[in-house]
Amino acid sequence: MDASLFTSMLFATVVAGTPLIIVALGLLVSERAGVLNLGAEGMMAMGAVAAFAATHTTGNPWLGVLAGMGAGLAVALIFGVLTLTLQANQVASGLAVAIFGVGLSAFIGKPFESVALPAVPAIRIPFIADIPLIGEALYNQQALVYFSWALFWAVLWFLARSRAGLVLRAVGESPASAHAIGYPVIAIRYLAVLFGGAMAGIGGAFLSVFYTPMWVEGMVAGRGWIALALVVFATWRPLRVMIGAYLFGGVMITQLFIQGSGLQIDFPSQFLSSLPYWATIVVLVVISRNPNTIRLNSPASLGKPYRPDA
Amino acid sequence: MNAPSPTPGAPPRLRLEGISKVYPAVVANDAVDLVVAPGEIHAVLGENGAGKSTLMKIIYGVTRPSAGTLYWEGERVEVTSPAQARALGIGMVFQHFSLFETLTVAENVALALPGKPALDELAQRIEAVSQRYGLPVAPRRHVHALSVGERQRVEIIRCLLQNPRLLIMDEPTSVLTPQAVRKLFDTLRQLSAEGCSILYISHKLDEIQELCHTATVLRGGRVSGHCRPAEETPQSMARLMIGKDLPVCEHGPAASGGELRLRLAGLSHASEDPFGTDLKDIHLDVHAGEIVGIAGVSGNGQQELLQAISGEEIIAEKFPVQICGVQAGRLSAAQRRRIGLCFVPEDRLGRGAVPSMSLADNAVLTAARSAGLVRGGFLAFARARHFAAECIERFNVRCGGPQAAAKSLSGGNLQKFIVGREVLQTPQLLVCAQPTWGVDVGAAAFIRQAIIDLRNRGCAVLVVSEELDELFEICDRIAVIAKGRLSPVRPVAETSVEDIGVWMSGLWPGAEPVPADAEAEAVDAAA
Repeated sequence: MDASLFTSMLFATVVAGTPLIIVALGLLVSERAGVLNLGAEGMMAMGAVAAFAATHTTGNPWLGVLAGMGAGLAVALIFGVLTLTLQANQVASGLAVAIFGVGLSAFIGKPFESVALPAVPAIRIPFIADIPLIGEALYNQQALVYFSWALFWAVLWFLARSRAGLVLRAVGESPASAHAIGYPVIAIRYLAVLFGGAMAGIGGAFLSVFYTPMWVEGMVAGRGWIALALVVFATWRPLRVMIGAYLFGGVMITQLFIQGSGLQIDFPSQFLSSLPYWATIVVLVVISRNPNTIRLNSPASLGKPYRPDA
Repeated sequence: MNAPSPTPGAPPRLRLEGISKVYPAVVANDAVDLVVAPGEIHAVLGENGAGKSTLMKIIYGVTRPSAGTLYWEGERVEVTSPAQARALGIGMVFQHFSLFETLTVAENVALALPGKPALDELAQRIEAVSQRYGLPVAPRRHVHALSVGERQRVEIIRCLLQNPRLLIMDEPTSVLTPQAVRKLFDTLRQLSAEGCSILYISHKLDEIQELCHTATVLRGGRVSGHCRPAEETPQSMARLMIGKDLPVCEHGPAASGGELRLRLAGLSHASEDPFGTDLKDIHLDVHAGEIVGIAGVSGNGQQELLQAISGEEIIAEKFPVQICGVQAGRLSAAQRRRIGLCFVPEDRLGRGAVPSMSLADNAVLTAARSAGLVRGGFLAFARARHFAAECIERFNVRCGGPQAAAKSLSGGNLQKFIVGREVLQTPQLLVCAQPTWGVDVGAAAFIRQAIIDLRNRGCAVLVVSEELDELFEICDRIAVIAKGRLSPVRPVAETSVEDIGVWMSGLWPGAEPVPADAEAEAVDAAA
């Protein structure tokens, strides 16, 4: 493989992994607080269409990202009212919100179909972008790629080191105990759900404004579900989420390259297309198979509604 | 023992006036008055369901009262949240611990403290407090790796770091060895001498007599009396508590020479739960017509042992578990029931019964075959209802009849039903886990008597319990499980509560030497 091919494939891998990282880290925070948000796909779709519409109207991609974040927040708020205030079942509500978001985004997006946006220029970080092989791939990237890295460190620090993160984990572990020592369980879960929604919205915005700068119905293409699966298979740990996301991106790009290169290999293309999904799952399951660490990191109250005793 | 003489004219630390709490189905508290003086150890005594825990939750701000007033040091207050209660100086140690298992001791303590203490500095404060009050605990360990006694110390330390002036302890000794209870009492007396008031919730009369200055007795949500425990007898307090004399079990000598019904022949099994206990080379024989008890602090392998006997966990080889002469190690739970085993699990709702199903349906679940509740592959509903009704009547289960949902019964009544369901199947071998856990005194005596009667009819019984008094009351022979190993089995008449208490830390004759720091009761479940 020649050097420029390596660089361009690494570049594409990073870009493909970025929306998954952003969305999955948001979901990870929600789930660590004990809320299973299956609506991520819908939140991403709403984020994508809102971001596209705002960018198309104003011409400013950053307003687009803000709009995408706002749309994700709004859908997450609906989900929060259903599951936290009204105590509805989290799985059913999440599925409903996912279908709702995908459908509503298609409706809103109708006028924007087959419109293209100008590509947003990458940000080149001086000096380190000159590193051979990897410099151009890693440090001449979209701003949201750098954002995903910052988000990774922020979430890592928040969960492991900050007191607020400790409280959040406590709420996900045992809401009854957290309530008994005086923490506002429902409020904390709301914040966690809203954070997850905002990140899903930004992830959607990345897709429609930066990744493929256009709006097509169904363009989220299951990434919300993949992000959800990543969080579980990464046993709720940020570093593994990141590894999983890039692995998924890398295998995806590699198989696209193989399919597109016209190489004569005796392999069904459907098999190649499914490769990223099961390769990611197998790798994450293998690296996360220690039952001890699973028990230490999985939020014990995940998906269970909690109503404080009046 | 004398109560510290209160300063004349000083207001009581806490005064409750006419506190009531009404839930949709029950009145948990009905116009309860309570006065606690500074430095006083005040017992709140009552059966399960008498309203003790609800009253404590009201004081600690977890629940709001429907009516009534709280006075804190003479001032009228409304406690709306646990945080406010802590700000006032009220600390509470819960019956079911409110610790976060996946966090460390220091993190657990930090969560309950106001402000943002640095974990390193906090670890030092934890060590200081634990030394001062004799509550050894390592701040950096994860809570899931601690024994129940250690967890309780963490809860107490968490309260003490907030310098409480009133400490509420909800049934603190139910999970402790006798030695640990004594240590806890020393700590509480020291706190009391320093002026901290203590509300001590319990239904164990001897403990209250030993520790408490004054007592308020609750029955059915109302105050049924006040007393000075030191001036009372257990019988007189029991009368206040249950309204009649304590029932006494009749227990004749065991028949000897009964046939072998359960043999554990070198049972070893690695637990699948990463925080479970591995069973190591367990030998035990239980014969027809005797009750064998297994004592031990929870988390020492009881659960794993019970699962290996009941068939919930299938072990690698056939021979280590022999039931009624059959090598049963690889048989499923249903197959083991077929050869004469009946089993009362520890967990009533969830493993003993399906909460949302009726009592009749729950009866079918284990008695389908042995009581003939299935005919030609179809459920015989009339027979099931009849079986459930018989169980309800014979075991004095208070409920809405065979069609009542299992979850609508109080814990004690459901336990009576589950024990009754198994006893009516006239098993060859009955295995009972915690038969009277969380069951009030009257129902507990009834269940014990039912087990003894079953033995007298020639059944072999194995009882696993953490309540030593219970084991000494009903068992013919007794052993101790500690760290997945079983002690020698001794006739109850030849041993004492003290000896068994020492054995519970793994120190029985011929046991493997235990590291010095594990003396007393720090039996570590995850070691």
